[in-house]
Amino acid sequence: MERIELEHQGMVGRSPPRKDGADKVTGRARYLDDLTFERQLYGRTVRSHVAHGRIKSIVWDPDFDWSDVTRATAADIPGENVVHLIEDDQPLLAHEMVRHREEPIALLACADREKLEEALLHVRVEIEELEPVLDPLQSTHVFKSYRIEQEPAGLAEAFARHRVVEGTYRVGHQEQMYIEPQAVCALPRPDGGITVYGSMQCPFYVHRALQRLFRLEDDRVAVIQVVTGGGFGGKEDYPSMIAGHAALLARKSGRPVKMVYRREEDVAATTKRHPAVMHYRSAVADDGTLLALQADIVMDGGAYVTLSPVVASRGVLHAAGAYRWKHARIDCRVVRTHTPPNGAFRGFGVPQTMFAIESHMERIASELQIDPLELRRKNVLRVGDVLPTGQKLESSVSAREVLDAVAAKSDYARKRSASVGAGSKRRGIGIALAFHGAGFTGSGEVKLKPRAGVELTERGARVLSVSTDIGQGTITVFAQMAADALGVALDDVEVADPDTSLVPDSGPTVASRTVMVVGGTVTRAAQSMARILAAYVAEVFSVAEVECRGGIFSAGGKSLAPFAAVARRYLQERGPLSVIENYRHPPEIAWDDASYRGDAYPCYGWAATAVEVEVDLDTYEVSLLGVTTATDVGRAIHPVLAAGQVEGGTVQALGYALLEEHFWDRSGKLLNTRMQNYVIPTALDVPRMQTVLLENPYPHGPYGAKGLGELPMDGPAPAVVAAVLHATGALVSELPLSPDRVMRAVAP
Amino acid sequence: MKLLVNGEERNVDAPPLRRLLDVLREDLGLTGVKEGCGEGECGACSVLIDGELVNSCLVAVCQAEGSQVLTVEGLNLTPLQRAFLDHGAAQCGICTPGMVMAAHRFLLSGAPATDENVREAIAGNLCRCTGYAKIVEAIQSAAAGAQR
Repeated sequence: MERIELEHQGMVGRSPPRKDGADKVTGRARYLDDLTFERQLYGRTVRSHVAHGRIKSIVWDPDFDWSDVTRATAADIPGENVVHLIEDDQPLLAHEMVRHREEPIALLACADREKLEEALLHVRVEIEELEPVLDPLQSTHVFKSYRIEQEPAGLAEAFARHRVVEGTYRVGHQEQMYIEPQAVCALPRPDGGITVYGSMQCPFYVHRALQRLFRLEDDRVAVIQVVTGGGFGGKEDYPSMIAGHAALLARKSGRPVKMVYRREEDVAATTKRHPAVMHYRSAVADDGTLLALQADIVMDGGAYVTLSPVVASRGVLHAAGAYRWKHARIDCRVVRTHTPPNGAFRGFGVPQTMFAIESHMERIASELQIDPLELRRKNVLRVGDVLPTGQKLESSVSAREVLDAVAAKSDYARKRSASVGAGSKRRGIGIALAFHGAGFTGSGEVKLKPRAGVELTERGARVLSVSTDIGQGTITVFAQMAADALGVALDDVEVADPDTSLVPDSGPTVASRTVMVVGGTVTRAAQSMARILAAYVAEVFSVAEVECRGGIFSAGGKSLAPFAAVARRYLQERGPLSVIENYRHPPEIAWDDASYRGDAYPCYGWAATAVEVEVDLDTYEVSLLGVTTATDVGRAIHPVLAAGQVEGGTVQALGYALLEEHFWDRSGKLLNTRMQNYVIPTALDVPRMQTVLLENPYPHGPYGAKGLGELPMDGPAPAVVAAVLHATGALVSELPLSPDRVMRAVAP
Repeated sequence: MKLLVNGEERNVDAPPLRRLLDVLREDLGLTGVKEGCGEGECGACSVLIDGELVNSCLVAVCQAEGSQVLTVEGLNLTPLQRAFLDHGAAQCGICTPGMVMAAHRFLLSGAPATDENVREAIAGNLCRCTGYAKIVEAIQSAAAGAQR
């Protein structure tokens, strides 16, 4: 990683050990399954065994002793049988129809885990089978469709007069494969309410889902995130389902109910990345200038709507890539199939369309016989350019800079001109460019009205937000930002646990919005608190121009009092001080939902990936020899954590590129549900990486920071395609680049 | 039966085929040992038995009878763990205890901490967050420190 030199005294831009790090490296951190609740039961789920059908009956074996087993079905739900999200089409427990093979139908709880497993064998669900739709191209049930156009009147002429390049690109499911499976524990409360502890990204999603399921007032529900062993989007919406199940069993039994999925159940039943089929057609001038683009994208949403409309929307909004086009028409539809609902996974629709456009750029370069890097340089977005939705890019655009940085660092020019080899081992290098809108799409933040803040403690401050740390480092970076705003040390800032009964709703921990949106709001709240305390000190000491730096209040260069002393005195004299701010959306960033035009995102992150491969022409295996990334993060609040996001996301994307694939049978059953047969990268599958962070500040971001988390997921897969094309002359247009696909492309 | 866990003799009353993982987590309260897959793929449950790295989900407790079992709780912020902390090698942290045990075993072996050797040593421990870069850096840094 490149070092960034610091001139200031604060914590922002430095890389202190993460605040939760000591607990994690010593094994003291307590994840959900490490907690034991008094009188707890364990819960299990009875699922459908067919992908599509009509439930006829649930048969409980009359010879089995059910006396110490709590049983629940849809009939036990006191409120509405829906898992609340965008649409209310997904039931907590199926009661008439089943629409995928893992659909939950009944629930069991028992104190004895062995008996619980046996009980599962004594429930039979009779289902009248119906024909499932498993191919998204055959589905006629459209959840949502989009069309984006840019000067469409000129499309026909551009395609008639210029060279046309056309290709179809396909991607399948990808499993998040967090190492800690889904896990919750629900506790019934004497007031009739429910408290849920769990591994999750979005406590308020769960909170609102429970309110509707159980008809509970706001203050009868508390949802608390505990240390979470990875999420990557997989713990965005699914925790509402498992928490609803545990809560139903807890209310019925009157005891805490813990549900921790086994790996096979987790992989089979929970959400994955949307598969997509993407047809691209472009008109290009002979000198490589991109003129017109028509893209037709179909995504597989699975059985229920869940997050599909927003996944497809984000995919569409990035489908033209980080390039200037004169004319464009992009169509996308996301459809229903009888497979478990697909959902959020880091990148959220963009890895699919970025794979398509970047592979398509390779196809264009190849047909025009231009170096693909030069083709990209010629067409990349710059400040002042306009995106297909009409958004004019005003600042913080680094497409050219990340391309140049990655080319230099990876020694692209020399390696590109070197021989690819003549024997059975061929070498190649390729580059892909990606961009990623930071924060919610369109008017999302404006509608959500996120709130976050700080409260004064006897030592410093406590950050109040519901943003969860799922490994990315929220706790640490929020403390850094608040510490600098208050002028205190990092250790003097603590971060409250995300507990929906105690902290304001700062929105879900998704969409690369945590640092930029919530962190920005925390920073403004801490700045407000700093002003309140400075005014207080000015009053107490009868001085003016008070500031706090390094934990000491001073005026005119004269030290007055340590922060902690001021805080204690303030709390004694004036009582608790908490400052909650609303997120302030930049007013000039405007989006119109009706026309689907305007500024889709307040700003974009930019990244380029260079990949070097060796392709074995006997086995068609692709090995990675080198991986280099250059990423514009606006401002790295914590460079080590930022680089960790880039490296981790890059390796997930390399898994998507080379290894990760799901297999389904004709009945809609997922065949590989284990870590043994769904393979994610090990340390031996990836080489040492070179990570370059660039800082092109976003003027409205805290300290210049913009969203980062998802961006590294977008570019590496097409970079592998580019490198394999360089090595072999064959463009593999479907992920992953498994030996069979490489063979079919190289030796058709 | 008697187990020697983290240097202490512990009496365990468990069926002989109970998983060592469950005995450590549930009977002895050593919840630093994690379960990620239950089939020996992810390595989150890695512990040392008489100095050898094993997946405790695949070991019956009777197989560890009379042996020295070392879990992450038996290491007390060693220079290796300190290096994990300083280099940002832990993100979500669920793989970290197992990863630390694999790295501890590697350092005990005295093998040179080349990229290849380190990667080989942790190849049985899956991490979905870090991309392994900072883990390899941390182990190499701890190995360099141990030599000085």
